[in-house]
Amino acid sequence: MSLDKDAVRRIARLARLNVPEDELASVAGELTGILAWIEQLNEVDTGNVAPLSSVSDVTLPLRTDKVTDGGIAERVLANAPGGAVWLEPQDRHAGGFFAVPKVVE
Amino acid sequence: MAMIKGETGDWEIVLGLEVHAQVVSEAKLFSGAATAFGADPNTQVSLVDAAMPGMLPVINARCVEQAVRTGLGLNAKINLRSVFDRKNYFYADLPQGYQISQYKDPIVGEGEVEIDLPDGSIGRVGIERLHLEQDAGKSLHDQHPTQTYVDLNRSGVALMEIVSKPDMRSPDEAAAYLAKLRSIMRYLGTCDGNMDEGSMRCDVNVSVRRPGAQLGTRCEIKNVNSIRFVRQAIEVEARRQVEIIEGGGKIDQETRLFDPARGETRSLRSKEDAHDYRYFPDPDLLPLILTPEYVAKIRAGLPELPDARKARYVERFGLSPYDAGVLVAEKDTAEFFEAVANGRDAKQAANWVMGDLFAMLNRRGVGIAQSPIAATALGKLLDLIADGTISGRIAKDLFVAMEETGKDPAALVEERGLKQVTDTGAIEATIKAVIDANPGQVAAYKAKPTLFGWFVGQVMKSTGGKANPKVVNDLLRKALDA
Repeated sequence: MSLDKDAVRRIARLARLNVPEDELASVAGELTGILAWIEQLNEVDTGNVAPLSSVSDVTLPLRTDKVTDGGIAERVLANAPGGAVWLEPQDRHAGGFFAVPKVVE
Repeated sequence: MAMIKGETGDWEIVLGLEVHAQVVSEAKLFSGAATAFGADPNTQVSLVDAAMPGMLPVINARCVEQAVRTGLGLNAKINLRSVFDRKNYFYADLPQGYQISQYKDPIVGEGEVEIDLPDGSIGRVGIERLHLEQDAGKSLHDQHPTQTYVDLNRSGVALMEIVSKPDMRSPDEAAAYLAKLRSIMRYLGTCDGNMDEGSMRCDVNVSVRRPGAQLGTRCEIKNVNSIRFVRQAIEVEARRQVEIIEGGGKIDQETRLFDPARGETRSLRSKEDAHDYRYFPDPDLLPLILTPEYVAKIRAGLPELPDARKARYVERFGLSPYDAGVLVAEKDTAEFFEAVANGRDAKQAANWVMGDLFAMLNRRGVGIAQSPIAATALGKLLDLIADGTISGRIAKDLFVAMEETGKDPAALVEERGLKQVTDTGAIEATIKAVIDANPGQVAAYKAKPTLFGWFVGQVMKSTGGKANPKVVNDLLRKALDA
């Protein structure tokens, strides 16, 4: 499988990576090389092998439906760019919002 | 089936719905933070929900059980092995940069629900699948000129996405399907179905075609948040598509938004931005394996669902399918009705609940759970009619008095002297007075026997409605025909 410049441009956009136009061709070459390397796995016949989701014999752990977390708004918001914001000054004791550049769909 | 009349002939609407139903649970799907609605912003967020590096999701057992319960309620196949995948996209209220969802292997497969249509007939809508996924946070776009505010309280709350087959053909059918889904989930206690608070949201896939032709290109209308808006959105979107096709144009497959204020749908995302979610299995989560015993145990614990209850009302109580459908739609209503009907005339109970009680609740703008007249009190009123203590007419007045005072019906009858008069002597005296006062009408009655009703009315009026109507009829008949 080989990737062309258009495919790289699209993947980069989906991943929000800024790949300059003049680097698209070289990145395409590198990614194609990586894919070719991984494609060696296709040489193994797995027709009779069930997909493996874990190498150890464990099952999905479940939690009971209890509130055990939350109430840590100041920690959650500690890294918010520009800090937490509130709709009204008197709300300052109560949680707070993240503020991000306006998202308009 | 509702056709759209176009310039060039009839068009059939084809509808499929994707419903996002918030799972009733204390904690979130993969974290121990609370799910309660209306908390202060970001106070119900764990470091998992905020997608801090190194945090791992651990699935909530109750959410799994709720999804299985819902699947069974939708007569659907439960998949004993299901897989969680990452659906990748960027948005300000999605801190992980992906939503944990289920793609190829959902927890619930194909099923079917019966829908109750306005004309009393029953339709069927296929269920394609139901899967579990995380909700995103909430964005507030209107609080600041250049910023969007983000609250992650909803981030990570469990949702069931229920995808129908494209089996619906009219706004009525879509509305009936939504109403039935909500009813089933409320009976099951798996989703509160509250569209105002966003715990049930709906995406509608709309396409049009010539009757019987191949499926047309569909548009998806996102996040329609009431049954009324679902109807409106379908109407305007189907008309828009017919106009484009008849004008020689082509429908672009796209996501659209319904604007109720302007009564139109408009494009939400341009085609270049068409989403490519790059699903892949979430490496943080092993496949979810259920046992047949686990499913059987949940099945054994299911309550009686609306369809079964409706059938029981029709068979056991002799109610019409329409009345039965109205009574079972809301669990609270059904339970109220059963408390009234228990040991009494069920049809009469149904008439009172659907008539005077519903009218009173509508007037007050409250639900049946807030009814000022309890089911036991309404039952006692029916007993007073049944044992002849009060007439049917007085019962209506008594009902109003009960609403106003909240008092026991028997006590009110005593207090206000509402007891039915069955004393024939007293009634005969009243009849005589009415006949004596209206010689003209008596003469007219000889020629026109339908005037009998007028006499009954006069007698009832002069007894303040308290005379036993049957006794009045018998005695009046004798007096007039004598």
